[in-house]
Amino acid sequence: MRMQQASTQIAARTAAIIAEHQGLEGPLLPILHGIQDEFGYVPQDALPVIADALNISNAEVHGVVTFYHDYRREPAGRHVVKLCRAEACQSMGGDALAAKLEALLGIGFHETSADGAVTLEPAYCLGLCACAPSAMVDGEVIGRLDAERIEEIAREVRA
Amino acid sequence: MTTIYIPRDSGSLALGAEKVAKAVAAELAARRIDAKIVRTGSRGLYWLEPMVEVETSNGRVAYGPVRPSDVASLFDANFLAGGEHAKSLGRPEDIPFLAKQTRLTFARCGIIDPVSLDDYRAHGGLAGLEKAVAMTPLEIVQTVTESGLRGRGGAGFPTGIKWKTVHDAPGERKYIVCNADEGDSGTFADRMIMEGDPFVLIEGMAIAGIATGANKGYIYLRSEYPHAVATMNAAIEVARGAGVLGSGVLGSAHAFDMEVRVGAGAYVCGEETSLLNSLEGKRGVVRAKPPLPALQGLFGKPTVVNNVISLASVPIILDKGAAHYKDFGMGRSRGTIPIQIAGNVRHGGLFEAAFGMTLGEIIDEIGGGTASGRPVKAVQVGGPLGAYFPRALFDTPFDYEAFAARDGLIGHAGIVVFDDSADMLSQARFAMEFCAVESCGKCTPCRIGSTRGVETLDRIGAGIEPETNLALISDLCNTMKFGSLCALGGFTPYPVMSAITHFPDDFRPREVAVAAE
Repeated sequence: MRMQQASTQIAARTAAIIAEHQGLEGPLLPILHGIQDEFGYVPQDALPVIADALNISNAEVHGVVTFYHDYRREPAGRHVVKLCRAEACQSMGGDALAAKLEALLGIGFHETSADGAVTLEPAYCLGLCACAPSAMVDGEVIGRLDAERIEEIAREVRA
Repeated sequence: MTTIYIPRDSGSLALGAEKVAKAVAAELAARRIDAKIVRTGSRGLYWLEPMVEVETSNGRVAYGPVRPSDVASLFDANFLAGGEHAKSLGRPEDIPFLAKQTRLTFARCGIIDPVSLDDYRAHGGLAGLEKAVAMTPLEIVQTVTESGLRGRGGAGFPTGIKWKTVHDAPGERKYIVCNADEGDSGTFADRMIMEGDPFVLIEGMAIAGIATGANKGYIYLRSEYPHAVATMNAAIEVARGAGVLGSGVLGSAHAFDMEVRVGAGAYVCGEETSLLNSLEGKRGVVRAKPPLPALQGLFGKPTVVNNVISLASVPIILDKGAAHYKDFGMGRSRGTIPIQIAGNVRHGGLFEAAFGMTLGEIIDEIGGGTASGRPVKAVQVGGPLGAYFPRALFDTPFDYEAFAARDGLIGHAGIVVFDDSADMLSQARFAMEFCAVESCGKCTPCRIGSTRGVETLDRIGAGIEPETNLALISDLCNTMKFGSLCALGGFTPYPVMSAITHFPDDFRPREVAVAAE
């Protein structure tokens, strides 16, 4: 488990990210993306700082953070595997590959392995539907997955 | 100097285009050959990607699908002069999948360097915007209306009428919002345009701005498309530097600028009102209509919300005229539609054609049947909210009204093919489950109905009172269809009911289904 940042340090870095985006119309999502890029997740300690800067309530910030699938409340693993679970990938045997990957990694979707090596997340369409099944591993897109490639991915992220 | 074209859209990258490009560069260096590598978007023939093209004296010659291990032998075969190789495809324009298309919106996609404005101009880009700056806003609106262009996001609302409403709405501040939240499985046309020809979208948005009096545009782009985000941002920067965007669009008195906003993984934000809430920095909850976004949209101001393909189709309409565009198509579906053929299909990719081809022609002739070689069981048209069509309905022409008449929808024109191993009860259950996960929670039929739908389908699967539960699911779908605030709850019944109607055998108690096989 990674040590979480001290709250004063989070507040200071959050304030800097807010300052970068505060001139935008509707800055909350860009700010939250900036925070997730910085910390790898959206720390609880960042929320009151944002609320204060944007003059909205803590509840509103909490509501937005929890509405969107992208914002993590906890740090992700060192590797993030997003496997597409949508129809086009289903039609090419995606469900079986998903089950295989869960078994190989020993975790389910939305979970991080105990050693912090990998987080497994579902994606609902990566737009790679003509080369399904597809995945994104640490930002790199992969098409035409098969059992062999899934095994490779599992080996790579657990190394 | 010879030019080699290698795609770099995310589809090609997912198939190894980066490694191929590196291998080509390494061979060029090792063989001391002076040639230029240009990275393009994809032509959309994904079973041939990565497709490498070389400029020869006879035009471009294509090779594909190229693996990094093919590269040395391509050089040995003198591919830089169009030499024969096992991966030779000849002239790309002669490949039947491309030859049969009518590429209006995607005319440049896969051919040019996406972020080269010179390339864009050299291939007819900016001609529409140049005409638009010399026209009155109403003339532009009139041209778009006459072209018959309808919203390509799925709703099929006439684009010109939407623009007229925003044009007529009073207000100093107006917005053009491009809906690039292409969340439907089986669709990738928006992604391909943004990664392969981003200037056409910028041009279309600038024309929309001039036509309606809006001087600010936003592209709401889903976070699942990081490559599209990067390419769009790079193109906007170039357009701004060249005076295509800014205080005087192409030197005119019209001001227009735009920025990309990245979504955060909520499918429902593809619905226009929840998209607007998301842009404002709120939860992506659906708004009741009226008021229409055209009158009270982003930050309460008059707002055009159009899909990527709608906006990207505008430049050619302005350039070639409304009649040219309108001449393609059938009935009230005018122009071309980029059909995305996906899933379990042999020749998957993007096929832009005039409306009117039948589903059977698209799947069997263009798509070449399933990738697995097994019979086609069902195709889902229009994303997760679209109906499943059996082979018996393959005579349906690709046309908004024809699909509606058969309880289906074109949506964003994505088609996902399933072979006979598909279990339609599972697919129906997935539709309900997806709706439950992605529901914004504002209206009851969608929020609660989807969960009850999953439970009811599970009971049918377990053989518990199948007759009663089928009647119940039909009643529930009726409530969701007519009682939901937006298309998420309102259209989830399409995949569910079409699966039940067209594939009743999959909904019988499991033991019976097994015994019947």
